[in-house]
Amino acid sequence: MIATLSVVERQVGLLLSVLLALVGLVMAASAGYGVMAVHGSMALVLGIALIFAFSGSVSDPEPPADRIYHYYDAPIRFGIVMTLIWAVIGMAVGVWVAALLYWPEATPAAPWTTFGRLRPVHTTGIIFGFAGNALIATSFYVVQRSSRARLADAVSPWFIMIGYNLFSVWAVTGYLMGSTQSKEYAEASWYADILLVVVWVTYFVLYMRTLARRNEPHIYVANWYYMAFILVVAMLHIVNNIALPVSFSSDQSFPVWGGVQDAMVQWWYGHNAVAFFLTAGFLGMLYYFLPVRSGRPIWSYRISIVAFWGIVFFYIWVGSHHLHYTALPYWVQTLGMTFSVMLLVPSWASAGNAIATLNGAWHKVRDDATLRFMFVAAVFYGLSTFEGSFLAIRPVNSLSHYTDWTVGHVHSGTLGWVAMIIFGAIYTLVPNLYDRSQMAWPRAIDWHFWLAVSGTLIYVVSLWNAGITQGLMWRTYGSNGSLAYSFLQSVEAMAPYYLLRTIGGALFLAGAVLCAFNCLATIRAAPRGVEAIDRPLSPQPAE
Amino acid sequence: MTTHRSRSVSPDDVDFKDGIQEVDPVTGYDTTGHRWNGIRELNTPFPRLVLVILMLTFIYSVIAWVLLPAWPIGKSYTHGILGLTQEGEAISGFVAIEKTRQSWLSRFDKPDFAALAADKLLLAKAMPAAVRLFEDNCAVCHGQKGTGGPGFPNLADAYWLWSGEPKEIAQTITVGINSTDDDARFAQMPAFDSLSRSDRKKLADYVTALPQGKTSAKDPASALFADNCAPCHGDDATGGLENGAPSLADHSVIYGQDRHTVLTTLAHGRQGVMPAWSNRLSSAEINLLALYVAQLASKQNERTK
Ligand code: HEC
Ligand code: HEC
Ligand code: HEM
Repeated sequence: MIATLSVVERQVGLLLSVLLALVGLVMAASAGYGVMAVHGSMALVLGIALIFAFSGSVSDPEPPADRIYHYYDAPIRFGIVMTLIWAVIGMAVGVWVAALLYWPEATPAAPWTTFGRLRPVHTTGIIFGFAGNALIATSFYVVQRSSRARLADAVSPWFIMIGYNLFSVWAVTGYLMGSTQSKEYAEASWYADILLVVVWVTYFVLYMRTLARRNEPHIYVANWYYMAFILVVAMLHIVNNIALPVSFSSDQSFPVWGGVQDAMVQWWYGHNAVAFFLTAGFLGMLYYFLPVRSGRPIWSYRISIVAFWGIVFFYIWVGSHHLHYTALPYWVQTLGMTFSVMLLVPSWASAGNAIATLNGAWHKVRDDATLRFMFVAAVFYGLSTFEGSFLAIRPVNSLSHYTDWTVGHVHSGTLGWVAMIIFGAIYTLVPNLYDRSQMAWPRAIDWHFWLAVSGTLIYVVSLWNAGITQGLMWRTYGSNGSLAYSFLQSVEAMAPYYLLRTIGGALFLAGAVLCAFNCLATIRAAPRGVEAIDRPLSPQPAE
Repeated sequence: MTTHRSRSVSPDDVDFKDGIQEVDPVTGYDTTGHRWNGIRELNTPFPRLVLVILMLTFIYSVIAWVLLPAWPIGKSYTHGILGLTQEGEAISGFVAIEKTRQSWLSRFDKPDFAALAADKLLLAKAMPAAVRLFEDNCAVCHGQKGTGGPGFPNLADAYWLWSGEPKEIAQTITVGINSTDDDARFAQMPAFDSLSRSDRKKLADYVTALPQGKTSAKDPASALFADNCAPCHGDDATGGLENGAPSLADHSVIYGQDRHTVLTTLAHGRQGVMPAWSNRLSSAEINLLALYVAQLASKQNERTK
């Protein structure tokens, strides 16, 4: 990392490292003990390590001057490695909690191993760790290539990558120690939230600056999706996490929202986390890597633009479909329901556009497992958005809500769509970043593909069954007018599905581990200091 | 094995020049002429089908907005011509179900257990509901079949802390044992840490041997028992004083009648809590459960006979 920075940039890096160590010191010292002290110490140690790394090399010679003729890929490589590490951690914890549901007696007698603490470790590890790193890394890749311009500077990408991963580690370790804001997908403590805001603003600014130096007359549509992702996530994160710390030396805080307003803000956040984190950003990924890999033009330019505005406009309204039949006023629920149904059209138009793009490249889909990942991703994107719009209809939701159907839907989206498109992108960009013609073990991609597809199908189908069984058992009345099943019976009925889900998850995890080793082997095989051979259209010095 | 080299071409490549519109041989459509790192786009007309479906979803939405509460206006909102409210729907659904239920459940309002138990037709309707009530409210502690576990008494055997009469069971369920209810039944096994350790050991051996009937009145522990324990557990340790102290002479146990557990019981005392249900279940439901619990025990008796 440091070798790619100029002397001035190294000085800025050193300054930032000192700042990080100081912030860590202040946090640890003012808290004294507990979660915040542990997190402060982490920042302090990281800051000191970076100070050492920088101060040892401030006076080293400048990096080769021809670097401005290349894309700045070093932070992308770091991001991809972090993506893979988080994938394995997040999915392993997922398989573990799935096994706990089947076999709760196996919970070891230590507080941090309880389901309640491990579940957010899984969701945060996957959404922020795995998906987030993949989004940031690929966005750097895509914005440079599709603008044919080098990243606007070399320090902020590192600031973003390191800050973002520090946020994720703070979040996950906080849950293990029992600290949470109790907002789903936003459990991290207030100071971690502030760190994320700083990182995210830097990210947005870097993205805009890089787009501004583009060598293409137009902004490619993938960048629109990435920009929507960055901008809206900043807005959601800030609004949902506004909270008053109990004191500045404690990780605890009070949300400013209360009651049903809090619930609405939370699900406005929660659903748009799905929309802009897990959908818009990944559509950006799809719109870049699918045509590149298949060598086909995007089937419809118009759809890609219209669907973008459709998705952005409709999604913002639909959060209330998570709160059907609650204290939320009926009219808000109706709006959430109807906008969810209208949302189906731009969603399917995007999925259809992706699949139609493969027209003329079906032989490649057959032969190339990497392209197959992308194809399956588009299919699951279509499936899960159809399912989502269906679940958002109130009477349907009265059956599905609180059941494992929701979890089945979630994983058709996250495994089938998000993870598949990430793997497709990784298998495309890793060889390119290390100037290899292909992955080290091409056969392993096929294995990974089948593990991932079978794992997803087993997972999703068993939880569809589980959820519908639960929903029906909870609402069936006997002829005597009383409920036909006790809750206990509905729990017992879940056992086979939970076992199958664990197996499906384990298959998916096995595929991800294979991918990580495949990437490791590819990286190992590359000579040190190798650069991708594709280049910006014109050299631009860092600002 | 396939090897696709997906990297792009060098900047000077003609393939990169923007603004050249070409015809895609596969689809026959023009490209837009834009190129980004080799990515092109087709100028496909916006598909009719998508517009038609979009219109259909609009129509669906407009109909929903007209029929249901939908748009905010100032401090109010459009109520929809069906005039539905969540509360209204919930109440009317409940009322409809409750009518069927009350058609037989109201019979349980009066605790005339002999008459209720004799009405086989009624029981055929009521007992499935009782099973569900028991599993939803009681099974967490007493087990799905009422057979209990460490700390929670077996309700499916013939041994009772209080009584196996439906009327008394109904009372137990209503007020609970050692619960927060004002009328709760009270039962406490005091801690005997005032006794010497050796006396406690003697008592423990004595109590452990009781179910086997291997104790004798000459045993010095017998006197200790008579002095300290008999007031609650009865002179012959068979309980039945309706003060919540169990018989120690039968094979049924709550916490355990092995030496180690009895020593713990003697050192620290015991005071199990059975919650009161009067605030959560109607008296008809409580009577139904009482009959169900009483029958659990008699069913078990029939089986063991
Ligand atoms: C929170 C745990 C818990 C729940 C739930 C519970 N019980 Fe109990 N119950 C107990 C305990 C503990 C005792 C024994 C109290 C003692 O040790 O003195 C008990 C005692 C009883 C007794 C007295 C037994 C006897 O031998 O006289 C009856 C009857 C009973 N429970 C019925 C029920 C019914 C019916 C329900 C469901 C409505 C229920 N319990 C729910 C914990 C529970
Ligand atoms: C004040 C009344 C009282 C006295 C005196 C008393 N007990 Fe108890 N004992 C109880 C009650 C009530 C219980 C049930 C406690 C519960 O279920 O939580 C009980 C429970 C027990 C149990 C547990 C039974 C099981 O099934 O696990 C043992 C053993 C026991 N007593 C032994 C003794 C011995 C030995 C003595 C004399 C040293 C004694 N008790 C004196 C009231 C008393
Ligand atoms: C048109 C698009 C979509 C719509 C309308 C939609 C709708 C819904 C609905 C109605 C629920 C259930 C709410 C409940 O009953 O609790 C839900 C849950 C969820 N969906 Fe979707 N969905 C869509 C697409 C997706 C996609 C593509 C993903 C993943 C990439 C996804 C991830 C999730 C998640 C994580 C939850 C769980 C929220 C929770 O924790 O309760 N959704 N969605």
